[in-house]
Amino acid sequence: MEIFLNGLRQALALIMSLDPSLIEIVRLSLAISGLALVISALLGLPAGLFLGLKDFPGKRMVVALVYTGMGLPPVVVGLTIYLLLSRQGPLGDLGWLFTSRAMIVTQTILALPLIIGFTMTAIAAIPSALIMQLRSLGATRRQVVLTLLYEARSGVLAALVAGFGAIISEVGSVLIVGGNIEHKTRVLTTAIVLETRKGNFSLAIALGIILLTITFSANWLLLHLQGHLDPRQQ
Amino acid sequence: MDPILRLEAIRHSYGDHFTLNIPELGIQPGEIFAVVGPSGAGKSTLLRILNFLEKPQQGQVYFHGAAYTSGNLPIELRRRMTTVFQQPLLLRASVWGNVSYGLRVRGSRNGHETIRQALEEVRLAHLAKQSADRLSGGEAQRVSLARALVLNPEVLFLDEPTANLDPGNVRIIEEIIRRTNQERGMTVVWVTHNIWQARRLAHRVALLFDGEIIETATADAFFNHPQDSRTRAFLTGDLIY
Repeated sequence: MEIFLNGLRQALALIMSLDPSLIEIVRLSLAISGLALVISALLGLPAGLFLGLKDFPGKRMVVALVYTGMGLPPVVVGLTIYLLLSRQGPLGDLGWLFTSRAMIVTQTILALPLIIGFTMTAIAAIPSALIMQLRSLGATRRQVVLTLLYEARSGVLAALVAGFGAIISEVGSVLIVGGNIEHKTRVLTTAIVLETRKGNFSLAIALGIILLTITFSANWLLLHLQGHLDPRQQ
Repeated sequence: MDPILRLEAIRHSYGDHFTLNIPELGIQPGEIFAVVGPSGAGKSTLLRILNFLEKPQQGQVYFHGAAYTSGNLPIELRRRMTTVFQQPLLLRASVWGNVSYGLRVRGSRNGHETIRQALEEVRLAHLAKQSADRLSGGEAQRVSLARALVLNPEVLFLDEPTANLDPGNVRIIEEIIRRTNQERGMTVVWVTHNIWQARRLAHRVALLFDGEIIETATADAFFNHPQDSRTRAFLTGDLIY
């Protein structure tokens, strides 16, 4: 219990002191996970829309793959990316191993199935007759798609929340591909692992509290946005 | 007068059993044209083909004399017609947000007064700010009608919009359609299985049965001097389906 209280105190002290190394770690965590979230949203929202709206041969297999992807073991993803990016690997020439780019790729792969899956489910729940209704009201195809995304906004926001939550708190894969290099690839989760190994439990707990605060703030922001967009709560 | 909409040699199959087969059908500008017939006769399919939401497997659909399909109808022409369906399917937005949708997709920013008038016409001005999912079935359908009326369409398609409503809401909707047709000269194609509704409102009536138009006539001729035995049986309720 004392460790937790010390951790809380240290977390507050760290935050209040605006410790440069802490700010750097937080900034890097947000930048890497934020960018991975943006990339996976840019890829995942259209893919989820397509899967939610269209029927095609083999769709069931694709959906099964997406669902499997939602439960991908991060360490396995990290290991695969590591092997691909390692010097002898097929993508070794990129020189991305132990860089933030490798971490972004890994986190994008982890968030992508979550965003596709949640978006697909939200879009599929919209009555298909609505598309005909929107077209008859004069919407172009693009306007129909945007309206459907807006109609499914609760599910789409849940997709973003799930994706962000999964990658900001992920440690195994980013440790493998990033290497926890100070000033370069050290993020909150890998820093927690490092401090725990060094026996700095209070600092590790402090970093954990900061990580939780960030996740909570992001979720709070999204929920606030969701409430703002919902006519029932206005 | 040239028809505003015309079907020519339409054949369209659904599954193994049902085929819509319409050699010729014209809708005159400014008329209320009712399509009556039993459930499963193909009324809604006919409507979706007429309003270019579905492409017929064979045949042509003409709008102002030119043939188009659901795929190549220019958006400016599509926006001259709209449909009120049996299910209102409102957006997750306020009543105002729903009624303004069609204007917003047209990029119109000056529709405030039009929306207010349409809401008054359907007697829902007091609910403008309310979330649409809190409306009753009748109110939701009136919102659906209001969002069509604000667009001032040249052709208004109605696909059994009053099928699930109580008599009070049916009366309100029928009055609005009759008045809109008279005041604006709006062409109305009304699909209904309710012959009394067709009798109250339509200028011309067609009976659709098993995918084929059995008889088309003015309302007076259709109800008072039906030519086909199946029309007579439908009007007396003896047509078994």
